[in-house]
This record gives sequence, structure tokens and C-alpha cells, in this order.
Amino acid sequence: MLNMIKSYWRVFRSPAAHISLGVLTLGGFVAGVMFWGGFNTALEYTNTEKFCVGCHEMRDNVFAELKTTVHYSNASGVRATCPDCHVPHEWTHKIARKMQASKEVWGKIFGTISTREKFLEKRLDLAQHEWARLSANNSLECRNCHSADSMDATKQSLRAQEAHAEFLLTGQKTCIDCHKGIAHELPDMSSVPGWQ
Amino acid sequence: MNIIKILAPALAIGVFVGAAVAAEPIATMRGATEIPEQGEPPRMTDWNNSDKRQVRNYPEQPPIIPHKVDGYQVDLNSNKCLSCHARSRTGESGAPMVSITHFMDRDAQFRASVSPRRYFCNQCHVPQRQVEPLVENDFVDVDTLLDAKKAE
Repeated sequence: MLNMIKSYWRVFRSPAAHISLGVLTLGGFVAGVMFWGGFNTALEYTNTEKFCVGCHEMRDNVFAELKTTVHYSNASGVRATCPDCHVPHEWTHKIARKMQASKEVWGKIFGTISTREKFLEKRLDLAQHEWARLSANNSLECRNCHSADSMDATKQSLRAQEAHAEFLLTGQKTCIDCHKGIAHELPDMSSVPGWQ
Repeated sequence: MNIIKILAPALAIGVFVGAAVAAEPIATMRGATEIPEQGEPPRMTDWNNSDKRQVRNYPEQPPIIPHKVDGYQVDLNSNKCLSCHARSRTGESGAPMVSITHFMDRDAQFRASVSPRRYFCNQCHVPQRQVEPLVENDFVDVDTLLDAKKAE
């Protein structure tokens, strides 16, 4: 009896020479799937409008303003949500943007824009970050929906046709250069080139 | 403008007397709908968006805007109109420049850019929708009037 217990104990105590590889591989695989799935699920959850407007800073300022614009309400009922414009869709860039967004968590904790006044004070700064980002990536988030190739110029107004032919199609300018303040109100633009 | 000011009271009296004599009910915008009833609102129509400059009906008329201005922000922070119509922007945009009269402040001094009192474009300049006028209007412009006079 004692021997049996001892032998069991030995088996239990001794490192598993052959099972370990299988356990490690399989267990690692299962754990990896769970971690990866969990990570992506959590990441995607932070990538929803519901998550963004969970904070009053977004809900009462930028989201309230968006509601009056064509990107929220229009004839066809297709609309853009926050991450459609503010988070790159492609994975590497998305992760990079999400890492930057950790600063927004910092801002939330310390109440950087916790009141309307603080938000208005900071608005030019925040807007400039977004303009810089969209200039740098050639308005990638706009182009996720608005493709220059699919634009039917004949259905555009005369001045839109001319402007797009001259500046967009030649690559001289990118969407954000002209289309600022289309989804949210503008900050004091006196320091922005082309505005007064 | 002055002639209109002088004529306005006379016209008003004329209309008033005329209405009293004819005893015609004045059609309001709610039409024949009774006050407690909810009328059928007219359908929304499209903006005139031709981008073609419209001829003024009289010389003092602020030119109408021949394009959509939905979502154009004009406030303390920014003026979307001026991002095309400002002097420095017209080269790129091809839009007509804001008239120099708008640069004049209340002391009749011409300033470097649009004077604050002329800053809010939509106070005078408006886009048009494709609608029939609510009331009949037989306005003729002064040139037509003069031509008719000459022809007599």
C-alpha cells in the first residue's frame, strides 16, 4: 500500500519526460488562442462608438456635434462611427494608434477635457493632431469609404468637379486639406493656413 | 432704397384699402388648415446648386449664393465662406472675391480684410431652393422698365 502511494508520488513528482512536450504545445496553443481571441475582442470593443461615447467628454462634445452632420444623418442612411475616421483599419496601424490612445486614457483619468470650457480650450490642439495624422497618411480613413476612382465627377457640382480635378486627382492635395470641420465644429482657425 | 421707403407707407395703405374693399381673406402659409389641425408640410426641395452666378434683380441686391452651404460654419472661430471667397483664396478656388465694400469699417476706413460688421455672410447672402414663390410677384427690373418707357 505504502509502496503504491510512494510510486504514485514519484510519478507525480518526477518531471514528465514525454507528456510535457505535448502538454506545452497543446496547452500553449489553447492558451494562445484564448489570449489572442480575448485581446482582439477587447481591442474591438474599444473600437466601437458605444465605447467612445461611454465618456461624457466624447458624448457631450464631439458626438453631439457629429449628429448634425452628413456623416451621421443622410439620405442613404450609411453613416460613419467614431473609429471609422479616427482609427486606421489596417492591423499594424491600428495597434500603433491604440498605443497612442493610451494618452487619452491618461487625459480621461486626469480630466484634461472634463468640462466644455477645458475642451474648447484644447480643441485646436486636438484638431491639429487629427489633421496632421490625416495629412501624413494621405487621408486614409476618408478613403476607406470615399475612393477617388469611384467618384462620379458628373454627379458632382461644378466647383466640386473643378476642385477635385485640379487638386485631388493630381495628388496636389489630400481630402483633409480642404475638408476640415466636416464632422465636428472647428476651433479658432485664425492660425490655420487658408482660413480666417 | 429711398424711393421704396417713401412709397412703402403709401403702398401699405393702398394694399390695406384694397384688401378691405375686396374683402379677400389673406392666405397665410398654413393655408386652409384650421388652427387646431396639423397641416401637411410641403416637401423639402433641393438647393439650387448650379454654381452659375445669378443676375441680380436690382443693383443693391446682395448676390444670392448659387451653391449649397449646408454645414458651413460661420462663427467666432472660423468662416467657411472665406476659405474660398477671401482675397488670398480666390486664386486657388476660382470663387468671386468678397466685395471691397465689405472691408470698410463703420468709420468708412478700408481695412485689410472683411470688417466684423460684414463678417456674417448669411445675414445678406442666401442660397435658394427650387420652389415656386408663395405669393405672386410681377416685379420687373429697372432696365426692363426703362426699355418699356423708351419704346412708348
